[in-house]
Amino acid sequence: MGIVSPGFSGRRRDANEKLPPGQYLVTDFPVLSAGPTPRVDTGRWEFSITTETGKVHRWDWAAFQALPIEEPTVDIHCVTKWSKLGTHWRGVSLDTLLAGVDTSAGFAVAHSYGGYTTNLPLADLVDGQAWVAFGFGGEPLEAEHGGPARLLVPHLYFWKSAKWLQGITLSDHDEPGFWESLGYHNYGDPWREQRYWGD
Amino acid sequence: MAATREETATARTIVLDVPGWPGHLAGQHVDVRLTAPDGYSTERSYSIASAPPDGGADPPVVELTVQRLPDGEVSPYLTQTLAVGYPLELRGPVGGWFVWNPDGPASTRPVLLVAGGSGVVPLMAIIRERAAAGSHAPFKLIYSVRDSGALLYAGELTQREQAGDGLEVSYVYTRTAPPGSSQPAGRLNAATLASAGWPPEESPAVFVCGPTGFVEAVADLLVRAGHGAGAIKTERFGPSGGKP
Amino acid sequence: MSDYMDGNMLGGKLGELFTMDVTSAMLTCVSCGASMAIAQARVYPHAPGMVAYCPNCGAVLLRLVRGPDRAWLDLRGVTCLQLAVPLS
Repeated sequence: MGIVSPGFSGRRRDANEKLPPGQYLVTDFPVLSAGPTPRVDTGRWEFSITTETGKVHRWDWAAFQALPIEEPTVDIHCVTKWSKLGTHWRGVSLDTLLAGVDTSAGFAVAHSYGGYTTNLPLADLVDGQAWVAFGFGGEPLEAEHGGPARLLVPHLYFWKSAKWLQGITLSDHDEPGFWESLGYHNYGDPWREQRYWGD
Repeated sequence: MAATREETATARTIVLDVPGWPGHLAGQHVDVRLTAPDGYSTERSYSIASAPPDGGADPPVVELTVQRLPDGEVSPYLTQTLAVGYPLELRGPVGGWFVWNPDGPASTRPVLLVAGGSGVVPLMAIIRERAAAGSHAPFKLIYSVRDSGALLYAGELTQREQAGDGLEVSYVYTRTAPPGSSQPAGRLNAATLASAGWPPEESPAVFVCGPTGFVEAVADLLVRAGHGAGAIKTERFGPSGGKP
Repeated sequence: MSDYMDGNMLGGKLGELFTMDVTSAMLTCVSCGASMAIAQARVYPHAPGMVAYCPNCGAVLLRLVRGPDRAWLDLRGVTCLQLAVPLS
């Protein structure tokens, strides 16, 4: 631990028993970005799921909005230690999207506009654990927070909830994504504090 | 912290005793880390405002000039809470690129310094080092601020200019020009760079520092005016007024 | 939008891994061949790690993650790094 700075408490935050180990509650919504913010018009937006056999399922914005929409309220945990409880989202469940997809793949990679990737087991995307979200706090999701649409997988550290989601590729093998290939934990369970390799 | 000086209504210089300081070059910065009692910590970079200590002061002293950002997490602490005697954790000095060395091979070469807002801080270290080293290298500073209330080091810059040893200072007011100004308020443009700066034929070494948007715009104007990109060194502070 | 900073700010974190100044180290972008000092790269600092991009073509030059007891550095976006070593 560094030298304690007398009188310093940082942005308003509390320690809270509902939080995973090492996390702090914040009242704002920090913007963390590994690169320039992509600007994607809903007119040209497209989301696709590609199976392990190469079959592609695509939705444009209108088709996407016509799907059954859910409004999950979830807690989110960033590996940089901030957490927000009870955040309100609007989106389409991955269960809905995968309903018409024929696959026996075990792994998924989420791809973002701009090139970001993150990997997770397919089992962590189903059974009500994940959404493609386009609304936050009652408003359309802002670009700096990943709009038009981002992946939302709240049970894992938030770097897995890829912003500016463009597609998900299903595969028989696991392929570490942008941060997973540079020290961040391959799975990322906040409750077991899986931040870095070997944790 | 040993002492503090208010620079403007929202900025102050903090004077730090740094025992064991290895020395630094004008233009370098330090990374400041603040840690709360529960272990939470955060870091920010701040340019060193003072010239390298001359070895006379004991302990050596390093100064940082900090602008308080309305949304800031660290700047309010440094400008309002940090008090004489409080410890401050620093890493540095850092940086070997955005530096000016009076003993360097091109030390009589003309120098153009262009500052946007708090980007003047490392350039002030360079100006102070020039004076401390007794250098007469021809220097021009173009300092852009929103209004005269935002000027850092106003009195000192006037004094140094009046010393007549080759430093010229021009001010650009982007929002409100003071009464009696020769120019109306407005952004730094090609014409001002041409009249207040060095022509490209003089091959000045150029240092530009400030918010990212300012630095990119000025670097672009300089290149269009004929200055070689290789002669221009830049340091970006990120978007002005935004969250760190 | 100009929400990036530049490689001058990598000097601290990268400086912990190298013994000499890193901001003036020269690198060449693997994607477009542009040559520059690390200080001139575009850096997005607010992330789980630091990412530096080529100001010429936008490709990723290098990435740095700092854990409590380890650091990871990915230099695949540069052909090589040229550092100035003091004469002994």
